[in-house]
Amino acid sequence: MSEPAPNPAKKSAWRAYLPLIIFGLFAVVLIITMVRINTGDLNIRDVPSPFIGRSVPDFKLPLLDGSGVLTQETFKGKITLLNVWASWCYACRQEHEAIKWLASKGVRVLGFNYKDEVKDAQAWLQQLGNPYAQVVSDLDGRVGIEWGVYGAPETFVIDSKGIIRDKRIGPVDEAYIEKTLTPLLEKLHAEMEAPTT
Amino acid sequence: MIPELGHFSLIIAFAIAILLSVVPLIGAAKNDAAIMAFARPAALAQLLFVGLAYAALTHAFIVHDFSVLYVSRHSNLVQPLLYRISGVWGSHEGSLLLWSLILCLWTTAVAVYSRSLPEVLVARVLAVMGMISVGFLAFMLFTSNPFERLFPAPADGNALNPLLQDPGLAIHPPMLYMGYVGFSVAFAFAIAALLGGKLDATWARWSRPWTTIAWSFLTIGIALGSWWAYNELGWGGWWFWDPVENASFMPWLVGTALIHSLASTEKRGVFKSWTVLLAILAFSMSLLGTFIVRSGVLVSVHAFATDPARGVFILIFLCLVVGGSLALYAWRGEAVSKHGRFDWFSRETALVFNNVILLTAAVAVFVGTLYPLVLDAFSLGKISVGRPYFDSMFALVSVPLLILLGIGPFVRWKGDDPARVAKQLRFIFLIALALGAVIPFVFEGNLPIATALGVAAAIWVALGTFYGLYLRWRSGARMPLSFLGMTLAHLGIACFVLGVTFVMSYSTEKDLRMEPGSSYTVAGYEFVFLGTHQVQGPNYVADEGMLELRKDGELIGELAPQKRRYSGQNNDMTEASIDDGLFRDLYAAMGEPLGGGAWSLRLYYKPMIRWIWLGCIFMGLGGLLAVSDRRYRLRVKMAQTSATITPVANH
Amino acid sequence: MKNIAYLFCSMLLLATQAIADPTVTFRFNSDEEEALFFKLSNELRCLVCQNQSIADSNAGLAKDLRTEMYEMLQAGKTEDEIIDFMVKRYGDYVLYRPPFKPATLLLWFGPVLVFAIAVFFAIRFIREQKKANVDVEISKDDIERLRELQAQGRDLK
Repeated sequence: MSEPAPNPAKKSAWRAYLPLIIFGLFAVVLIITMVRINTGDLNIRDVPSPFIGRSVPDFKLPLLDGSGVLTQETFKGKITLLNVWASWCYACRQEHEAIKWLASKGVRVLGFNYKDEVKDAQAWLQQLGNPYAQVVSDLDGRVGIEWGVYGAPETFVIDSKGIIRDKRIGPVDEAYIEKTLTPLLEKLHAEMEAPTT
Repeated sequence: MIPELGHFSLIIAFAIAILLSVVPLIGAAKNDAAIMAFARPAALAQLLFVGLAYAALTHAFIVHDFSVLYVSRHSNLVQPLLYRISGVWGSHEGSLLLWSLILCLWTTAVAVYSRSLPEVLVARVLAVMGMISVGFLAFMLFTSNPFERLFPAPADGNALNPLLQDPGLAIHPPMLYMGYVGFSVAFAFAIAALLGGKLDATWARWSRPWTTIAWSFLTIGIALGSWWAYNELGWGGWWFWDPVENASFMPWLVGTALIHSLASTEKRGVFKSWTVLLAILAFSMSLLGTFIVRSGVLVSVHAFATDPARGVFILIFLCLVVGGSLALYAWRGEAVSKHGRFDWFSRETALVFNNVILLTAAVAVFVGTLYPLVLDAFSLGKISVGRPYFDSMFALVSVPLLILLGIGPFVRWKGDDPARVAKQLRFIFLIALALGAVIPFVFEGNLPIATALGVAAAIWVALGTFYGLYLRWRSGARMPLSFLGMTLAHLGIACFVLGVTFVMSYSTEKDLRMEPGSSYTVAGYEFVFLGTHQVQGPNYVADEGMLELRKDGELIGELAPQKRRYSGQNNDMTEASIDDGLFRDLYAAMGEPLGGGAWSLRLYYKPMIRWIWLGCIFMGLGGLLAVSDRRYRLRVKMAQTSATITPVANH
Repeated sequence: MKNIAYLFCSMLLLATQAIADPTVTFRFNSDEEEALFFKLSNELRCLVCQNQSIADSNAGLAKDLRTEMYEMLQAGKTEDEIIDFMVKRYGDYVLYRPPFKPATLLLWFGPVLVFAIAVFFAIRFIREQKKANVDVEISKDDIERLRELQAQGRDLK
């Protein structure tokens, strides 16, 4: 395919560089990927949520303490974090300190107990502390499917209009709080206080 | 002590490899025979020291030396000897050592079997192979040391992943690596030819046997992987289009194009530049595969657990080798001598289109595998590309390829008469079409188009191959092994296509809850579930199900699928049980215990599935057969006996 | 008396029913429905065990999704509606069959495009080489081989 044509030198010389150019482009993509993975900017196992920018799904779930039910109305008028956790989830233990810290700073955190036993969940909260404003119980995970939950821990950031603004896959840690959550919460507060346009 | 010796050996090998990469090239540039003569002994020395290192690691495994970190991660006290030996290549560091060892073996083979080649060429080839060796040895020494110690040494290690504790999988990596690494020989020849500035048909003749051997091993290696997955993973699947599987398939596709292109270049002097590019591409695909598996950029069950820092190293190596060789190609690739002419209807044209189709297939696999990565890298979204995509692409590609396969071998080199070929093949064509329609109908009573096409294509290729064999025999011409090898390999494709068509069209799967004493019929075969009992293996405990297979009431076989728990592991492994036959497999896998002795079971009927691997074996054997052809042995003898034959000009 | 006899008979009846027929994990209304279930569960990716489809995966989520899908099929939902359901909650990542959107045009049409370009270049190459010089250079190696072959009396086809 790169044989000399009637005018060999110029035409073929250009074509011979094609494989190198194509490889170069590909190498650039690989380099960008590696850099982003190494800086923690990209996690190939994270599945981004299609809910960002959409309203929370409709749902009705019982509270863990059995005192009633909660629906999507609970999100109206307040900025809320919805933290998906379970007593069987190891990483949830690790992030619990961070959740407690957030709650102590006045962030409203709702607990979403995912595919758990009521007794185990209650014991877990007894042992580790309960920072949640309220805890709902999704025993069979069906409502979790409605939210696109696929594991624990996961945390949703929901604004006062009930729109999901961010989803954290994996434990909430210092880096996430500092780099993403705090700026986002500040922004949402500003939106809430600003006169509606 | 011995692991340290192994480590030290590796360092010495690294030094030798560096010398091997540099010294012979200097000798070649100066045309100094004495300096060039360094290459062969250096290759042997390299093999010695890498071999020692490999032996040291194997020794550590065999004697349960858990003070070596790698051993403690992939072996424990109850691990059977076979899997202690194969555990050496069971994970990242050890498999790199195997890669290096096999590279040294190939380098030595080239050093030994190249007496009839010009010294300058040999010097350059060995130097290039030395450079690749430098890369892999550096990778090990700087980022992935297999001899890293663990203090204090644990009393027992972690078992090798139970999935890997299977004889098929024990031999799968060595076969694959023989293929991947073997393509480095063709690569080295291509680079040497580019460096020397002379690309002619003789280059192709020398590269060809090496490339064919590598290709054969790769074929068998991939087939083993597929066969293992079918036996071990419990889902009845034999190919998943997983990124790591694709990483082995891409070099295979390019390699197939390469061996055909080499044939044309050798016989007719055509496509010289293109063949060189293919040789570079084939090995590049091998390196890309290495990158995909070990860098952590793609999600795969086969991927080695490794950190992205290592990925950076391979990426740099990949860019240097591939970028460097493609740059050399761009600069030197057009220094081509004249070529032969051929007509529109000729074997050459057929092979051009063979290459076009195979390269398109490789591109399809490449795009499908890496597209999610590209989108992710630029935050354009996250998608998955799986079976539906690849199956569609391959369905499109295989139709023209198989048609071509039937015609190609009948078309003469340089130019032929289409009418003549059509006359030879018209009956075969009609028979193939007819059987394509009839067989599915007889088998299942309906006629899905895809099935009919698949069967017709397989028969078309098979009949064409047999007819070609018959014509040759009848004409009294000699039947060299190279021709027989080609025949066998093409027949292998026919078997493969037939197997795939049947399995994809007619397999049945049932997911059931069964109580002891109950039975269920799948495709006319009755599976009678008798219950389970516990069995003890060398390093596992299992619940073994007992099933009887009956056809028309008669007992025809038994199945004993297991749910194993290996010592030191928390997850259960499914060990499927298969009643195999040439024309059908009956397959059962345990699901979950449901209480009261009842279990969920998966039962499968898989018609003609063995033909898939039979086809691959034929392909691999065909390649090896072709390489055993007399003319390759003759060449060596000729060089030794004849004094009148002058070597080709050394530039 | 009559009651005891009645009790005895019903117990006898229960005894003969002891071994239940194997039940398929899901019961379908038709073969098409079953085929669709298998097709979809093989084409949807499990997000927990990301290397497997939800048909093959043992993860809790996979089982839940299979059940969800089964119920949707029972409710008469079509293939598109089920796929839509999954994508709305989990994004395109959950589909093994990539969707047709602007971002994936190159994916679906790339290979075909490459094929077309390759065929174009191949045809052009064949045409060009036909016009080019018929100057076939025979290298010394080839002469050697010719002598070899003639020495063997081989058919030169």
